Formats: sequence, C-alpha cells, structure tokens
Amino acid sequence: VSTGAVTAPTAAPPRKAKVTTDRAKAERRLAYMLIAPSVIVMAVVTAYPIIDAFVLSLQRADLRFPSANKFIGFSNYGHVLSSSLWWSDVAHTLFITVISVAIELVLGMLLALAMHRAIFARGAVRAIGLIPYGIVTVVAAFSWRYAWEADSGWIPHLLGLTTDPLASRNGSYIAVILAEVWKTTPFMALLLLGGLALVPDELHEAARVDGATTWQRFWRITIPLMKPAILVALLFRTLDGLRIFDTVYIFNAGAHGTETVSILGYNQLLNRLNLGLGSAVSVLIFLMVAIVAFLFIKGFGASAPGAESS
Amino acid sequence: VVAAAAFAALVIAGCGGSGGNGTATLNYYIFPEPSGSFAKAAAECSKASGGKYNIVINTLPSASDAQRQQLVRRLAAKDSSIDIVGMDVNWTAEFAGAGWIKPWSGSQASQVTNGVLPGPVATATWNGKLFGAPLNSNTQLLWYRKDLVPNPPKTWSQMIQDATQLAKQGKAHYIEEQGAQYEGYVVWFNSLVDSAGGQILSGPSTVALGPPAQQAASIIHQLAKSPAADPSLSNDQEDQARLAFEAGKAAFEINYPFVYPSAQTDVPKIAKVMGYAPYPSMIAGKPARVTIGGINLGVSSYSTHAADAFAASACMANRPHQLTDAVKGGLPPTLSSLYDDPALAKAYPFHALIKQQLANYGIRPKTPAYSDVSLAIQKTLSPPDAISPSTAVNSLNGQIKSALTSGALL
Repeated sequence: VSTGAVTAPTAAPPRKAKVTTDRAKAERRLAYMLIAPSVIVMAVVTAYPIIDAFVLSLQRADLRFPSANKFIGFSNYGHVLSSSLWWSDVAHTLFITVISVAIELVLGMLLALAMHRAIFARGAVRAIGLIPYGIVTVVAAFSWRYAWEADSGWIPHLLGLTTDPLASRNGSYIAVILAEVWKTTPFMALLLLGGLALVPDELHEAARVDGATTWQRFWRITIPLMKPAILVALLFRTLDGLRIFDTVYIFNAGAHGTETVSILGYNQLLNRLNLGLGSAVSVLIFLMVAIVAFLFIKGFGASAPGAESS
Repeated sequence: VVAAAAFAALVIAGCGGSGGNGTATLNYYIFPEPSGSFAKAAAECSKASGGKYNIVINTLPSASDAQRQQLVRRLAAKDSSIDIVGMDVNWTAEFAGAGWIKPWSGSQASQVTNGVLPGPVATATWNGKLFGAPLNSNTQLLWYRKDLVPNPPKTWSQMIQDATQLAKQGKAHYIEEQGAQYEGYVVWFNSLVDSAGGQILSGPSTVALGPPAQQAASIIHQLAKSPAADPSLSNDQEDQARLAFEAGKAAFEINYPFVYPSAQTDVPKIAKVMGYAPYPSMIAGKPARVTIGGINLGVSSYSTHAADAFAASACMANRPHQLTDAVKGGLPPTLSSLYDDPALAKAYPFHALIKQQLANYGIRPKTPAYSDVSLAIQKTLSPPDAISPSTAVNSLNGQIKSALTSGALL
C-alpha cells in the first residue's frame, strides 16, 4: 500500500541495522543539517501561514472591529457550512474543474501526440504549443474577456451574436472554461508528452506485426503505459482547477452565478476584512484540495504519484 | 542575511519621516488623477508651508475597490508611512469606525467645512465628528439625445416608456446604467431608494428597507426586462455606459459629468446633440435624491506628523485647489460658492444642475460595515433582470442584517 513516504535522498541508515554505528550517526546528523535550511524555510513560508489561518478561523476576527475579536471555536465553520452560498460555490468550482480538465485531457493528449510525432521542427512545435501556458493568467483572462465583449470583441462578431454572451450564465461559463482550456492545455500536453516518451517503440512494432490497429495500439499499449503520467497531469490540473480565481475574477468577479470558492474567500478576506470567516473558507478549500489529492492517490493505487515504486 | 539587509533598507526607506532639515515628509495616498491637478496642489501646498512639510503623492490603483484594499491592509497593519488618505466618501465611516483615521477638530474642522455643501460634509461625518476634509463631490445626471428626445423624461417610468417608444420606431433607444455586480450598482439602487423616500439603513446597524426599496427594485427589474435595457446591462460599469452612448446606441445615459467632455473629444457629432437633465425622479414632482460620490481627505491615526498632515489636507482642499481640480480634472467641488465662479461655469455648462443635486443629496448607508452591506446588495440584486420585486426586499433585509453581524458568508 502506498505510504506516500518522501525520504531524503541522503544516506538513510539500513533499516534492519539496530545498532547504529558512529559513522551512521554522523551521517544522519549531517543529513539533518543539510535539510534544516529548507525545513526552516518551508516552516516559515508554508506551515506558519497555514497554522495562522487555522487559528484565525477559530476566532471572530474582523480588521474593522478589532475590539470585538474573540475566540469562538468552530462557529465560523458552522456559518460557512450552513450557508447555501458555500455549497453553490463548491458546485460552481467543481463544474468548472471537471469540464475544463476533461477537455484539457483530450486536447492535451492530441497535442502531446502531435508534438511526439512531429517529424520536422520538433523544438519549434513544442515551443509554440507552450506559448499560452507562458502567458500570465490575468493577462490571458483579460484578452479573452475583451475577445468576448459584446460590442468590440471578435468572438461575438464571428458568431454573429446580437446579445451579450457574457450577460448570461451559460455564456459566462463557456467563456471561462474556454479561457482555462486554452491556457492550461499546453501544461497538460507537456506532462503527457513525458508519459509518451516512456512507451517503448518496440511494443508498438510488435503489436503492429500482430495486426493490431492504430486505435487498439493506442488503447491497449499507449494509455496503460502512460497511466502514471496521465494521473499526475489530472491531479495537478484538478488541484489547480479547484483553486481557480484569476480567470473568473477578471471575467465578471463571480457575477452570473460563476462565483468560485476562491472568490468567496477573497470577498470575506479582502473585501469584508472578516479574517475569521475568510480563514475558515480558506481552510475548507485546503481540506477540499487535500481530500481530492488523497482520493486520487488512494483510488489509483500504486501507479499514483507519490506512491512507492514496487 | 542579504535579504534581511535589503528588507531593513526597505523599511528604513519606507518610514523616511523627517528629513535632516526639519522638513516632514507627508505621504499622500490618492487615486491616480490624470490631469495632474492633485500633484499641483501637493506641490503648491508644500511650497506654501515654508519648509514645514513636503507632500509626496503615492498613487493608488485605478479601480476603487483595489484602492480601498491597499489602504485598509496598510492601515490595519498600523503602517506609519501613510499620512494623508484620499478616501471615497463611502469608506469614511469604515475608516473612522476602525480607528484608522483621526477626527478633525477646532479651527481646522471649521476651516474645511465652512461654505461646504451639506452632502459632502455629511459623508465626512461619523458619530458626530468630522473625519475628513471634503475635497470633491460628484453626482450623476441624466444625459440624453436631443435629436431623439425632445423633452427629457422627468421620472424613471417615463424614461422607460420613452425608450420603449423609440425602440418601436427602430431608433437608438437604450438607457445606459451601471448594472454590473459592483459598487456602481449599489449607487443606482441607493439613489432610487432615497428618491422614493426611503433609506437602506436608519442607523449604523438598523436595516430600514420598506416599500421604497421595493419600488426601487421593481424599477430596476422593469428596465432590465424592457427594450430599454442594453443587452450588456448586467456587465456595465460607468465606462461601458459612456462608450455605448458615444457609439450612438443609446437615447439615455445615467452617468457622472466626465462623460460630457469625453463625448466632445471622442465623438463631436454625438456631443452636439447631447443634452443634460436632472436625474429622473421616482415620485412625480419630487426631485430625485441622487447618491453623491467624491473624495474626503483623512489623516492616518498612525501618522507621525499628524499636525502637518491636517494642515496639508486643509490646504489641498481649499478654494483655489478645488477650482483647479474642477476645471483641470473635472471633479465637482464641494465649496458652494465655487459654483458661481465664472471659470467653473465655463467648464461646466451644467454647474447649476450639479449644485442643485448636491443640495438635495442622497448618501450611501453610513456604517463601519459598509462593504458588507454593499456586497449583500450587489449580490442579491444581480443580475438586474433576475430580480423578483416581490421577494427582493425580504431577501435583502435578511442578507443585510446577517452581513451586519459579520457572522454570515457573503
């Protein structure tokens, strides 16, 4: 069973040796000293904010009413979890994530196959494919928003629309999901390309000799061998998708029923300055992401990232 | 170590208080004013202080909510590198209630309120104390196409009817308003509620929505469902409204006076037929009470040069500087007498109308939890065409009430 163990690459003492030699002790001390700087940095930049957010989430903490701050236990979590707003925002977030990751997987696979099979200008093809991913998300979101704008955008013009696509819920979702797909498909493709490189050509040749069709070879050879890479790609993109903020915020800041959990947290923290409620939302988002990551690793067993190789 | 040293250097540079020669550096945080009239006022006041202080302008982001976010983050962290804050009028209660800005007192308080219109003073007052020097004000007017509309409508219902009529004739007919889910939409709703004789809050934490709020919600819904609505209404802010009017698609536009010089530069053809009229009423015969905007200058509680900051703010909000801000920057002054100044009359053909609306003003709810109230209104009433007039007031009541307890998610 996977333990997700991450061990330091430096000489770990052999497990069966009960008696540790002086040399092993010294090496272990050295290992601790070598990893200490990164552990300290991680503690400062990651652990501290997470713990602080959790502590804040147990308080009535509002920057505007500093004198009213007090410890209130899990009340903030009660407020969040009993609010229909939280659950509808969870639904919006899951919807955007599932649809966009599904589209990205298909397109990313096609792009990866194209990049893998590119006969000429392989480097150029890969570089061009990666351009959208290299663009800052906010900038990409702005250019897509302008593209969708009713009066001046090229998309409504091209489609001959007379209404404003972004003034409707469906239109807003389509625009947001397309912007996400455009932006992150190259990332998906890149991870899948790494997986494709793992598939030995000999297997394909052998299958071809046995009379397997292209389609059969893709499903029976390429996909199973690529499974670890596909899982990594899906996991990364799902976790990213659950935290989606920029694109939705730029398009309409969550109007028209597109508000995501990150925008909800932002509204509590930065608009309302309600650090208690906002931190509770952040901690819940963190848990949501952690659960999804756990399910991925559990559900896909040994081939999942982080699992010990057999 | 290097990072720590760089950080320390930054901190020292950031806190650069007094210069060696006894001149205090006053950090003035204000929105990016394009004409340079704020910079001019800062330079002139620094000079006039005779070496007592030097005002350094720090520009905030251009979007209003981003400006507030930067200020509140710094003030809540007791940042001593802020001396003067340029606040939107609707932030004053929040900043004052949280103790981030100092009250004005004595002769300085009277200096910055003498001859100032009552609306701007009301926005700068919290708990009976003055917390800001009213620098400028603003009010929305009805702009219309004189070639399409011979007589501007007096009421909202009339305007929607006129627009529907124009639509039947196949002419430009939209009413451009601010219907996006943001602060500008709250301004619209608040103006309608006030004009219908009601208010949103009757005290810092008492919700007072009633039939006027219902009338306001129905007018917004009625407009959104009529041919008068721009298809983009639910995404429109001030600038989209201005552009749509300039594109010749609209017969009416509710917007701030900046649209007038803008049309003259952008589309002289439209500017020629661009008329202005009082903001439409909710009750026939009763002038509308239009929600005022503008900036108040506050002095940070964490400033180490508070006395100089008060003096500098008073100077920048004085008559000559308000006149420059108005004529160069298009910002309506708060001093009543300036509306009779020939220089202003020349730049603002509609100056009498602005003064009249500022005298019969409406203001947004005064509460330290204003951003909660605003968020609750925006979200409940958005998008405009989905409002259910019969239940909107009830759900608004509930939303605003729970927002004020700061226990509910928004």
